[in-house]
Amino acid sequence: MLSQTSILKVENIVTRFRTQEGQVHAVNGISFDLKKGELLGVVGESGSGKSVTMMSLLKLLPMPPAEIVSGEANFDGHDLLKMDLEELRKIRGGKIGFIFQDPMTSLNPVLTIEYQLIEPMREHLGMNRSDARRRAIELLEMVGIPEAKNRINDFPHHFSGGMRQRVMIAIALACNPQILIADEPTTALDVTIQAQILEIIKRLRKELGMAIIWITHDLGVVAGMADRVAVMYGGNIVEEAPVFELYSNPKHPYTQGLLKTLPNMKGKRAERLESINGQPPSLHQKPVSCSFAPRCSKTMERCRQENPALLSRENNHKVACWWNPN
Amino acid sequence: MRRLLLAIPTLLVISFIIFAILDLAPNDPTGNLPMTVPPEVREKIRVSLGLDQPMHVRFGMWLIQFFVNEPLNILHEAFGISIGDATERTRILSWATRSPVIDLIIQRTPQTLWVVGLSYLFGILIAIPIGIVSAYKQYSWFDQVGTFISMVGFSVPTFFTGMVAIIIFSVQLKWFPMIYDTTLSVDSWQNFVTQVKQMIMPVSVLALYNASQLSRFMRASILDNLNLDYVRTARAKGRSERVVLLIHVLRNSLIPVVTLIALGIPTIFSGAIITEQIFRVNGLGQLLIIAIEGADIPLVQTLTFLFAILIVLFNLIADVVYGILDPRIRYD
Ligand SMILES: Nc1ncnc2c1ncn2[C@@H]1O[C@H](COP(=O)(O)OP(=O)(O)OP(=O)(O)O)[C@@H](O)[C@H]1O
Ligand SMILES: [Mg+2]
Repeated sequence: MLSQTSILKVENIVTRFRTQEGQVHAVNGISFDLKKGELLGVVGESGSGKSVTMMSLLKLLPMPPAEIVSGEANFDGHDLLKMDLEELRKIRGGKIGFIFQDPMTSLNPVLTIEYQLIEPMREHLGMNRSDARRRAIELLEMVGIPEAKNRINDFPHHFSGGMRQRVMIAIALACNPQILIADEPTTALDVTIQAQILEIIKRLRKELGMAIIWITHDLGVVAGMADRVAVMYGGNIVEEAPVFELYSNPKHPYTQGLLKTLPNMKGKRAERLESINGQPPSLHQKPVSCSFAPRCSKTMERCRQENPALLSRENNHKVACWWNPN
Repeated sequence: MRRLLLAIPTLLVISFIIFAILDLAPNDPTGNLPMTVPPEVREKIRVSLGLDQPMHVRFGMWLIQFFVNEPLNILHEAFGISIGDATERTRILSWATRSPVIDLIIQRTPQTLWVVGLSYLFGILIAIPIGIVSAYKQYSWFDQVGTFISMVGFSVPTFFTGMVAIIIFSVQLKWFPMIYDTTLSVDSWQNFVTQVKQMIMPVSVLALYNASQLSRFMRASILDNLNLDYVRTARAKGRSERVVLLIHVLRNSLIPVVTLIALGIPTIFSGAIITEQIFRVNGLGQLLIIAIEGADIPLVQTLTFLFAILIVLFNLIADVVYGILDPRIRYD
């Protein structure tokens, strides 16, 4: 299923916010590559810039205060970041679908599920209302909503959180997108619902074959699904590798730390979860040194003077770290 | 429905409170008569007004007159349906003019409705688009100018803007008449023009006042919604900014605004007391002032109570409208 042609090539995105308290350097030069049909997991602690990176791609951030300073995002031979709003609208919801973190607030409370679900189809596929409605019912069935025909005229408040997230998935997939960006789609849900949503995504990925960017805090979730994983810290990707390689052979001290906090492979939890000491980095200054250095056990002189770039090592492994034991 | 039933005792209590307060006030309908009128005559007048009766009898009388006799009269006059004998029924009479209070009110209503009602309507029509644009283009020059004007319009009282308008447009420029001529009947094109001319100033002064308040509220309501997650979802579907704003955001922002508008409708009938005074529009507001000055208790009582009914009624209507606009709310 995995091909080698890339569908999205992101180059050096820098996004910052201008706020009253000064600038927030949320994304500091992120580059990655998404292959056709691939599932790329993006992991990192809260505030590491995962959402901002992905929303920058489709300019879904409030601007101002957000400002995309530089970067390229090549999709289908065009740079998303250079498109005007009209061109970008054709991509949003049409070729790239988006699912957000909080299903409770992501749907419009005063419009019916039907209306919200057929919007992208009318926008991108030029469907008339009755065709769109028929497809909407199919989509709801596809994401496992029982009695879709009767429930389609309901309002969001009639649905539970898990059901709403299924609706969001249906909306994102309505136009058969080539890429699905899922921004922590299960974080706000409880564990059993979370598992159901994961199953749905795994199934739909097989059926529809789109590429997926899956954002999460949870290395455990990604391990079971992703082809490749990127680890973010302080607005940078610090390590990126195929999933097995990353878990068996983590090279960045931050990734190593994260993996130690996971329950161990045999399903037994480590006696006490080892968490990484220290505070997340301040984003008020442009990073000139490694932003993980203050919390890192391997810090060297160089780490405080230069910010390491993300460089390739063996086995498709990329790391941004001065420390290299080999 | 249950709320509707609850409204009836509420109104009864209100009517009694109004009655009691007015009764307790040291008022003597003969107080304005010349000193030469002898006490026996004064006493006779008081008896003829029914003031020798104890309070609960007078209150009962008033209730019957207000809730039974007057509605039956209106039925008779407006639709020709007669129930009982109209001449037998006693009516609420004004102490000052001795004519039925309801007739006075009916006489005054059109002026008030035209001037104050139109200004309310124009106020809404101006305020909503302005509110939308200033919210969407927050801090743009349009928003800044709008903020300034509405601050002025809202904080400067209408008697001041009214006076300024009169001085500029009537006294200096002589564009519009200074005094509103209520006897003017619109039967020719020329009279129509005159009517429009004399309405322009009071209507715009009030409309400006209403619009400055409402446009701020509209703006705030849009801003509350503009940063919510569902707006981002709508954009992520590829919706145009126009659809995002006018369908997704507006549908939500209008809920409190429409409720506020419904709640404000009773003030059309009562509110413009000061403006009516300044422009000499003899509407309901002016009627109330005259009634209070002349200690015309039946008129004050009836007017005040009618306002109370309107307020209760539009509270109910606002609730219903809220329920229609917001699907999350359902009444059983
Ligand atoms: N509208 C905004 N204004 C100012 N700063 C913002 C805004 N949105 C995000 N940020 C900042 O950008 C940084 C990155 O935020 P982002 O939402 O991308 O984190 P995240 O990795 O998605 O975290 P989480 O796991 O909590 O979703 C954070 O420091 C955040 O405070
Ligand atoms: Mg996030």
